[in-house]
Amino acid sequence: MSQMPRQAALPKCPSCAEPVESGDLFCGACGYDLSVVPAASQDHPTLTMTGSAGPGDGTAGDGVAWPAPEPAGSGAPPAAHQPADLPGTDSGGAPLPGHEAGQESGAGQEAGSGVRLDRPDEPDEYPLQAPDPRLAAGAAAPADPALLCVACRAGRVDSDGYCENCGHAQPRERDHVERESGPVAAVSDRGLRHHRNEDAFAVGHTTLPDGTPVALAVVCDGVSSATRPDDASLAASQAAGDTLLAALPRGTHPQQAMHEAIVAAAQAVNALAEEPATAREHTPHQNAPACTIVGAVVTSGLLVVGWVGDSRAYWVPTDRSTPPARLTEDDSWAAQMVAAGLMSEAEAYADERAHAITGWLGADAYELEPHTASFKPDRPGAVVVCTDGLWNYAETAEEMSEVVPPDAAVRPLHGARVLVGHALDGGGHDNVTVAVLPFPAPPQGAGSA
Amino acid sequence: MRSSMANFAKSNVPRFSVDVYQNEYLPEGGSEVNAIVTVTATGGGTIGSAVSAPVYPPGRGPSAAVAIMVDCSGSMDYPPTKMRGAREATAAAIDTLRDGTRFTVIGGTHVAQEVYPGGGRLAVADATTREQAKHALRRLSAGGGTAIGTWLRLADRLLSAADVTIRHGILLTDGRNEHESPEDLRATLDACAGRFTCDARGVGTDWEVKEVTGIASALLGTADIVADPAGLAADFTRMMETAMGKEVADVCLRVWTPVGTTIRFVKQVAPSVADLTDRRTEAGPRAGDYPTGSWGDESRDYHLCVAVPPAGLGQEMLAARVSLVVPDTDGTVQNLGAQGLVRAVWTDDMAASTSINPQVAHYTGQAELAQAIQKGLDLRKAGDFDGATAKLGRAVQLANASGNADTAKLLAKVVDVVDAATGTVRLKTRVAEADEMTLETRSTKTVRVKK
Repeated sequence: MSQMPRQAALPKCPSCAEPVESGDLFCGACGYDLSVVPAASQDHPTLTMTGSAGPGDGTAGDGVAWPAPEPAGSGAPPAAHQPADLPGTDSGGAPLPGHEAGQESGAGQEAGSGVRLDRPDEPDEYPLQAPDPRLAAGAAAPADPALLCVACRAGRVDSDGYCENCGHAQPRERDHVERESGPVAAVSDRGLRHHRNEDAFAVGHTTLPDGTPVALAVVCDGVSSATRPDDASLAASQAAGDTLLAALPRGTHPQQAMHEAIVAAAQAVNALAEEPATAREHTPHQNAPACTIVGAVVTSGLLVVGWVGDSRAYWVPTDRSTPPARLTEDDSWAAQMVAAGLMSEAEAYADERAHAITGWLGADAYELEPHTASFKPDRPGAVVVCTDGLWNYAETAEEMSEVVPPDAAVRPLHGARVLVGHALDGGGHDNVTVAVLPFPAPPQGAGSA
Repeated sequence: MRSSMANFAKSNVPRFSVDVYQNEYLPEGGSEVNAIVTVTATGGGTIGSAVSAPVYPPGRGPSAAVAIMVDCSGSMDYPPTKMRGAREATAAAIDTLRDGTRFTVIGGTHVAQEVYPGGGRLAVADATTREQAKHALRRLSAGGGTAIGTWLRLADRLLSAADVTIRHGILLTDGRNEHESPEDLRATLDACAGRFTCDARGVGTDWEVKEVTGIASALLGTADIVADPAGLAADFTRMMETAMGKEVADVCLRVWTPVGTTIRFVKQVAPSVADLTDRRTEAGPRAGDYPTGSWGDESRDYHLCVAVPPAGLGQEMLAARVSLVVPDTDGTVQNLGAQGLVRAVWTDDMAASTSINPQVAHYTGQAELAQAIQKGLDLRKAGDFDGATAKLGRAVQLANASGNADTAKLLAKVVDVVDAATGTVRLKTRVAEADEMTLETRSTKTVRVKK
């Protein structure tokens, strides 16, 4: 499937898969001699998610006449907002709980604390690094580096993905994933403390019925206390991305499409709980797979976000003299306490339960409540969609705005890398996944730098 | 965690599976990895251990050769029930032989003597040879000394001549190995190890526990006490049934570990504790084989402890790969297909890295239980009653906590238990020799984890 995380189409170390700069002679991570590898072209074809990208007509007007969202349990069509008018509405058109999203900074909130308080006690087996075809093709170096251990550089890698000499696990496909799709890009990294990446994402772009561009990103964070969190995040991000890419060209209102995408993602995660029978038999006490989700859709005039859990979306205007904003409200214990007026923000976030999530996708979720909101920003900017692996190191909208590069809207992949780098520099305590979307969605062909 | 792999080996050989139970999470700087490796063989001809005879189509059972070694030293006539019990037990064992099994009966004193069939041959079990053999048992008579090594060497010579899958001995003694130096017996055991397996039994109470358990442990068989000669026949029948249920011999646990690691120990921990650490045979780069003997349909647990070089948080490594092999005489091996991975993952999640896997905790306790009993009994013999009380008290506490009811019962015959939970005990002033020897012989028996 198009959303399967794959080897990034970007210069990476052929040995350890860490990103490298074009001028580097050695990999900064493993010291691999890059001079033996032919320099990869910086020019990469844009990958389309579904069929044809459609001819770009070059007009980025906001003259799309949106049909009202399909009824499907939702009431009035959602209102559009100016960024300053936050918050948005949920998919039922009701106001979101809590106010001043983005401005509430939480003085007591320390970056770096994990969100989930529990841990997997019986992690499952997970997919191992698939051979990268580019390595076989591109690096005709003396000894095939694909077979050599990245840790000791001496042993071969066995069929289980461990070095036959030093035993070290080899980088897995999902340890570091980068992907661009038209004007949107995302980067996901295992981080520095966790042994596998339980985040996943989907990015894509297509055109609306009137030919104007639309871009989307979905980011999911596997719940570590559940079984197979990595499977959950992958299934959810895939299902949501597919749903959006199918619904948007048909003319479904983006906010309605986002709602449907989250429902589809939830169903995909629920389906995981039924299989495989053997794994469940061995660990009958385990929680069903679960994950968070956050998605964003940008068109020429509209910005729609949707989420369940504590993964977030931020608005960062290109003109930094205007205020940035957080676009989502966490489904977390602390956020609920504050929203219900039971605790002050300082009190709530000082509690050890602060980061426990209260909403997620998965069979153990009591009731699925997808939140969606739509905005009509009046100026260009970038939308940052991320897991807590990033926002733990840039919690408030202002903090996020400071670390988003000024050119993020036109160089989204670079922007996403910089943000992942910020999280890793901060300690990389969790998996970190970041998608960057420009607003307004640029016309086809005018996308990535 | 648990990971599992199974594989179908060729027919007639049981299917082996390997399950690994461990907490793979280590704290920053952590370097010791513990895992319980459960090896299970299924799908052979035997159904459980209580079945009266293995279920095989006629003539299709695994080929086997058995040597029954009966102590005929002079003391076997004091009381005469011992010699009579030995004859009856041997007859019962002969009746349990599957048709086609090669067998011999050896009478043992300070020399070994072929009682049946004689002439350096093995008989092939059928109705006629069984009757002949039982008739020959009348020639078993007491008189002479005890040199167990000579019995074993004769058994080895006879068994090795047969082209069979399973070679097994059953050895019965009633006294100490007085007419041979311990070094000679040791040399014989070393020479016989891996050539055949052997169960050892002590009848009465005049034998040396460490001699009998030493023979069984070296030859990968079981050891037990039969204090009352009347119990011999039932015990011999059970032993022979188990031997007839064996389907594959010379199975080795092959443990591969990466560079920079050290194997702290490899122990069998169920059904009994047996340290295999020093019995390693190198098997190629960074791999070693640990002998486990022959297998029927059964399951055993092993405790593997590996020291690994600490790696950074978030790093993962394979600490050991465990597989099962049958070495061939030409240096090649038959791989039985199943394997298990023991992993190490470094994490800053203290809850993850400080938890102890229940299986590892349980068997660590069972191994300590066996050691506490042996130490306690040694101290008691040496007259250190305070030390003995402390050790046996600890044993009572461990047996109680782990639900090892059999061992708890045996302990209660040696000490008065004041409070099992705290391990408060008093040494009994009078202890029947049979009870003390039973406790010592069976100290290594373990129970599996309560589910």
